[in-house]
Amino acid sequence: MAAIDIRAVDKSFQKLKVLHSVDLSIDKGEFIVLVGPSGCGKSTLLRMIAGLEEVTGGEIVIGGKRVNDLPPKERNLAMVFQSYALYPHMTVAGNMSYSLRLRKIAKEKIATAVAGAADILGLAPLVERRPRQLSGGQRQRVAMGRAIVREPQAFLWDEPLSNLDARLREQMRAEIKKLHRRLGATSIYVTHDQIEAMTLADRIVAMEAGTIQQIGSPEDLYERPANRFVAGFIGSPAMNFLDAQAAPANAGHARLVTEDGLTFEAIPGLELPSSRQLTIGIRPEHVLLGEAAGEGAKEATVDLVEPTGMGAIVHFRFADISHQAYHLGRASWRAGDSVKVALPTERLHLFDATDGRRLN
Amino acid sequence: MTASASLEQAQPDRRPLKRLGLRVEPYLYSAPAVIIVATVMLVPLVIGMTYAFRDIRLLNPFSGGFVGLDNFRRLAADGDFYLALKNTVFWTAASVFFQFTLGLILALLLNRPFAGRGIAQALVFLPWAVPSFLSGLDWAWLFNPVVGPIPHWLTALGVMSQPENILSDPDLAMWGPIVANVWWGIPFFAITMLAALQSIPADIYEAASIDGAGPFERFRAITLPFLAPTIAIAVLLRTVWIANFADLIVVMTNGGPADRTQIVASYIFTTAFRRLDFGYASAIAMVLLVLLMIYSLLIVILRQTLLARA
Amino acid sequence: MTVTMSRKRFAATLAHRLAVLAFIVVALFPLFWLLKVSVTPTKLLYSEGVRMWPSETTWAHYAFVIENSDFPLFFRNSLIVSLSTALIVTLVAAGAGYAMSRFAFRGKMWLVGLLLVTQMFPLVMLIAPIFKILSSIGLTNSLSGLVLVYTAFNVPFAVFLMQSFFDSIPKDLEEAAMIDGATRFMAFRQIIVPLTLPGMAATLGFVFTAAWSELLFALMLISKTDASTFPVGLLGFVSKFGVDFGQMMAAGVLALIPAVLFFLLIQRFLVKGLTAGAVKG
Ligand SMILES: Nc1ncnc2c1ncn2[C@@H]1O[C@H](COP(=O)(O)OP(=O)(O)OP(=O)(O)O)[C@@H](O)[C@H]1O
Ligand SMILES: [Mg+2]
Repeated sequence: MAAIDIRAVDKSFQKLKVLHSVDLSIDKGEFIVLVGPSGCGKSTLLRMIAGLEEVTGGEIVIGGKRVNDLPPKERNLAMVFQSYALYPHMTVAGNMSYSLRLRKIAKEKIATAVAGAADILGLAPLVERRPRQLSGGQRQRVAMGRAIVREPQAFLWDEPLSNLDARLREQMRAEIKKLHRRLGATSIYVTHDQIEAMTLADRIVAMEAGTIQQIGSPEDLYERPANRFVAGFIGSPAMNFLDAQAAPANAGHARLVTEDGLTFEAIPGLELPSSRQLTIGIRPEHVLLGEAAGEGAKEATVDLVEPTGMGAIVHFRFADISHQAYHLGRASWRAGDSVKVALPTERLHLFDATDGRRLN
Repeated sequence: MTASASLEQAQPDRRPLKRLGLRVEPYLYSAPAVIIVATVMLVPLVIGMTYAFRDIRLLNPFSGGFVGLDNFRRLAADGDFYLALKNTVFWTAASVFFQFTLGLILALLLNRPFAGRGIAQALVFLPWAVPSFLSGLDWAWLFNPVVGPIPHWLTALGVMSQPENILSDPDLAMWGPIVANVWWGIPFFAITMLAALQSIPADIYEAASIDGAGPFERFRAITLPFLAPTIAIAVLLRTVWIANFADLIVVMTNGGPADRTQIVASYIFTTAFRRLDFGYASAIAMVLLVLLMIYSLLIVILRQTLLARA
Repeated sequence: MTVTMSRKRFAATLAHRLAVLAFIVVALFPLFWLLKVSVTPTKLLYSEGVRMWPSETTWAHYAFVIENSDFPLFFRNSLIVSLSTALIVTLVAAGAGYAMSRFAFRGKMWLVGLLLVTQMFPLVMLIAPIFKILSSIGLTNSLSGLVLVYTAFNVPFAVFLMQSFFDSIPKDLEEAAMIDGATRFMAFRQIIVPLTLPGMAATLGFVFTAAWSELLFALMLISKTDASTFPVGLLGFVSKFGVDFGQMMAAGVLALIPAVLFFLLIQRFLVKGLTAGAVKG
């Protein structure tokens, strides 16, 4: 049985419809990450699961129980807010124990639970402080501590790391992962951060404009994006897109011709009516540059080289459209140079030009 | 699965009640405020309006009947009322002008950090806490040559030929309550303006100085436009409020000498409180209400046209 | 170059401090004079009229006012009326302010409308009808009558004030509490109210000051000495013993004390309001 079942859920704020028939079934112990552009309804979905927003249509079932009309306190979930939402007038220990005190749990048990959580999170020396005397990272830990002192049916996280600096974010990300492995609790995690999504998720849910675009493992979404939106959203630097048209088949294999005259022969296992419009996608790290491009490569002009340390992002241009390639190691090109470029056929993603559906 | 099914069936019984509970919650929180304001202000307001069309004199047991527009006819011919109207305009305009100007200056002075600003602020805002009746009495005493220094100072400066009480001089009397009002009301404007000043982001000033704007240019190009909406609202509200503010006049001059300090609000109070003529008092109050509404409306329209043109 | 600059700066600073000083002097002088006359022996009052401080001081006026007049009674009445009003208004306004800050409900526009309307019309309009109504139910010459009227007068402003205090507390906090297992009311009581306490103190102070100062309705509604509030008593005293300046001013200073105390309580809220700060910084 699924831990959390979201069935055909709709949400409207007055006239504005922000979620359209969302379906999602989450298994016990699973780590689900919601991603999508700003305003697509991630927080709204999370808050509906928490009971902070009313459900306009459909139903939400937690642990086999329909919770549409249950107030948050009867859902037994824990939530970590982007702002942390620590109670400023309570100490760290007070913040962490509040939920247990509300449940009238025996004092000694509360003390053990708080001490345990503080230990896990390295907060033990800080329990008597107030939130305002803590650093950002420490506050973040307290917010997590508040969630883990009890045993909720699921953890909800709304961009919990977005207020931290990059280094701290990396560190907390690893800790969240460890924590999840240790507690094995069902989690739903909203983030804007690609790496958080890829590293933490068992399954990623990609949303756009209130609808789910794809649900799958990080590898799935990265390697086989279901449509052009997901392809463009997942991955950084983002996938390159080229408009193309199917040309008359060549020995049973589809041939593609792009606007700037690139031709791709023989896409395996794909048959297309000729002159069909489509979009070709290729990830920057799959673009071959220079010597690696080999025979039959196209000439392009380098626009800009951005070294990232591990490699470099090379901006180049075919005809008039700018694309990016990720080149591992040192890039010797400079802006204005001409460079050989090859797009390996087996790395191409093909999408329908009109509805964006994946074709191969 | 069976467990969830049975639970789902059990739900509908409690759902409507829960939903209802959620819907009424805000009304429960606001009910006490609504009830008390409606019964103690709105109901008397409506009743008071009916008084304007009745003959209600507390000392006359035979009064109470409807008299139509009689009260208003009497009002139209009441010279005291016109005098009070004139006095109200003067009282309000002078008070607002000085309160605003001095309040703005004070706010600008306090908007600059300096050692002891907290204390200075507490001290200059202190008059705001002085009960209005007390500030009226206090100033009446200050103007009184028997115990107050002001007439003596004015004489020493040559403004007055001998120490006299300006409150008993028909031509000057109105300045007494105005001075008291200005003293008492500066903090209101200073507080409002200071709050608005502090909400102007500092980096705008920094950007302007980097762009080469001097202090006066910064005041003209940043401070004033930022303050303008607050100034407009504060002046509008304060004007209406001061036009209605009779305490100082009742305490300091009671409208005298020779009705030269009587404003409409104090006239209403005197008519109700001393003559106990509730019907007539309510009629004057209605006229005052209409005048104030026209004033506010004019301001709003003026604002709209100015905004539309800008 | 630097010398002229710093000189110019110095002059500007000096002008600034002098201007502030001038405002302070003007603000305090009338209160100082009140105090001065209240400690001046009657025999010196006329001979030392404009001296800044009498050659001899006395507490006799205060002693007289406290021992031989009704002022202790007036003081007590005013204290009862103002404190009750302040407490009731703060509670009532906290409820409505919370509803306005946290809920979107259909009646909200009407609530705001009602509160705004009551702020716009002249309160003197109500003097006659309120007197009639209260006298018909026996609430004239009664402190409860005054509390009732003052409460209604102060609720609208206090609601807006409380709303702004609640608005400055992030919604996340009570949502977190509700997820932690609190009902909305518990979240209100245990999380929001403690955080709004300074705001409530400010509201209490504002309302107390307003009720302590109210004159016209008190004059109208109270005609008996034993229900008189301070302003009514003081005005009565002035019209009866208009020449005992020392005593009148001693009474005035006494009336000033609670107002100043409450002012000190709230003065730091006058400008700043409450800064949220609770969540991020
Ligand atoms: N209380 C509300 N009233 C009206 N509209 C709202 C409300 N809350 C959210 N919305 C709207 O619903 C949409 C989805 O908002 P939501 O906060 O779920 O986005 P999000 O995916 O979390 O975005 P972000 O990544 O920026 O946090 C937005 O268009 C937003 O403007
Ligand atoms: Mg969000």
